[in-house]
Amino acid sequence: MRLLTKRIIACMDVRDGQVVKGVKFQQLRHAGDPAALARRYNVEGIDEVVVLDVTATLESRRALARTISAVAREIFLPLTVGGGIRSEDAAAAAVDAGADKVSLNTAALRDPKLITTLAQRYGSQAVIVAIDAKRQNDRFGVFVRSGTSDAARDAVEWAREAEARGAGEILLTSMDRDGTRAGFDCELTATVADAVNIPVIASGGAGGLEHFAEVFTRGHADAALAASIFHYADTSVADLKRHLNAEGIPVRL
Amino acid sequence: MIALVDYGAGNLTSVKKALTALGAEFMVPESPDDCAAAAGLIVPGVGHFSATTALGAPWRDAIGRAVRAGTPLFGICVGMQWLFEGSDEAPDVPGLGVLEGRCQLLRGDAWQRLKIPHVGWNVLQPPRGPHGSAPDAFSGRLLAGLPSAPHVYFTHSYAAPVTTDCVASTTHAESFAAAVERDHVFGVQFHPEKSGDAGLQILRNYLEMCAC
Repeated sequence: MRLLTKRIIACMDVRDGQVVKGVKFQQLRHAGDPAALARRYNVEGIDEVVVLDVTATLESRRALARTISAVAREIFLPLTVGGGIRSEDAAAAAVDAGADKVSLNTAALRDPKLITTLAQRYGSQAVIVAIDAKRQNDRFGVFVRSGTSDAARDAVEWAREAEARGAGEILLTSMDRDGTRAGFDCELTATVADAVNIPVIASGGAGGLEHFAEVFTRGHADAALAASIFHYADTSVADLKRHLNAEGIPVRL
Repeated sequence: MIALVDYGAGNLTSVKKALTALGAEFMVPESPDDCAAAAGLIVPGVGHFSATTALGAPWRDAIGRAVRAGTPLFGICVGMQWLFEGSDEAPDVPGLGVLEGRCQLLRGDAWQRLKIPHVGWNVLQPPRGPHGSAPDAFSGRLLAGLPSAPHVYFTHSYAAPVTTDCVASTTHAESFAAAVERDHVFGVQFHPEKSGDAGLQILRNYLEMCAC
């Protein structure tokens, strides 16, 4: 019997203490106070929250610590922090502020040993490797620096390496779909999910309830992450979970 | 005053935050001697069983003495595994051994895509009785007042076997002990501090038993 539920994760892109959301990583739009949003998500039944710092300057670092503490006071759920975590110290600051997991992206590619260092210090369950992937001919390529720079790596091969180095989860974003609301990239998600033994969180493209059902079945995702469709209350987390439950997908109600 | 035992295994922030939200007073003991006066002892933990090496003989003696004196002991995640005799994750490191059994690696099931580590929200169920029937409600004090089949948040690869001390089991390809209770020794494999309202209810139950 399968009882482990599929997780619904709300992501907040935060700049200077405020939630913003980009379309294809640009045109950032204002969406509100992180702690207030977290409170609403908690009531609606969200399973986890991710806070992504989309500025990552020294000044925003200090603002981020305050944001993490404010969110962590509101919810008793797993909280992940990512965006510009480039060193063990930056990860430690996030954990000290109340993060349960840190998400590494560019820094993990540049210095893969950081994955192992953090996994040894906090456990693999605390280390997520985020992969921004884009279709390139016959493969999925990895992009870094908020999707602006081609890392010249294959997403499947990098996901396997991240697992071997101690990552506990993969957060996989389709750059082709991010912000489009055209649905998750199920082919990308299934390709990576089938290649690793750690949970894969699908991200990028959520636009409607049916997209989540699709990525959990056809995409083999363990969890699905979305931002804007939850922020603007187009889709409530509670409605989404009722829909998935009716579709026979195990969720926490 | 609750003593929150810090043996360097990861992150105590979330446990502290939950205890604060529930209005509990707690301290982090600096030496094993501080355990004797505590109203309750919590051994948290994430990560690797080998981290419990830091809980050497002086800590084991002090915690053992407190438990024999009636102090409620609560192990969370690796802290629960430590209540048992040991774990295959670090075979040379002994557990406290107040509960019988050893922790073993979960097998998972690649065919059903049941991955290891077991990460996410899963269901607590009363363990099956000797005649194979599962009772409707949880027995014991730790899980009192929970709704039936509550979801709680897990993140682990090793787990304790279902024994007579098990008050809730969870299934991930196989059944394992998700919550244990014997007299005033309690343990949960999941993270009550990360399990929403159900988790807070469990922490509240424990704090009530500590009478603080």
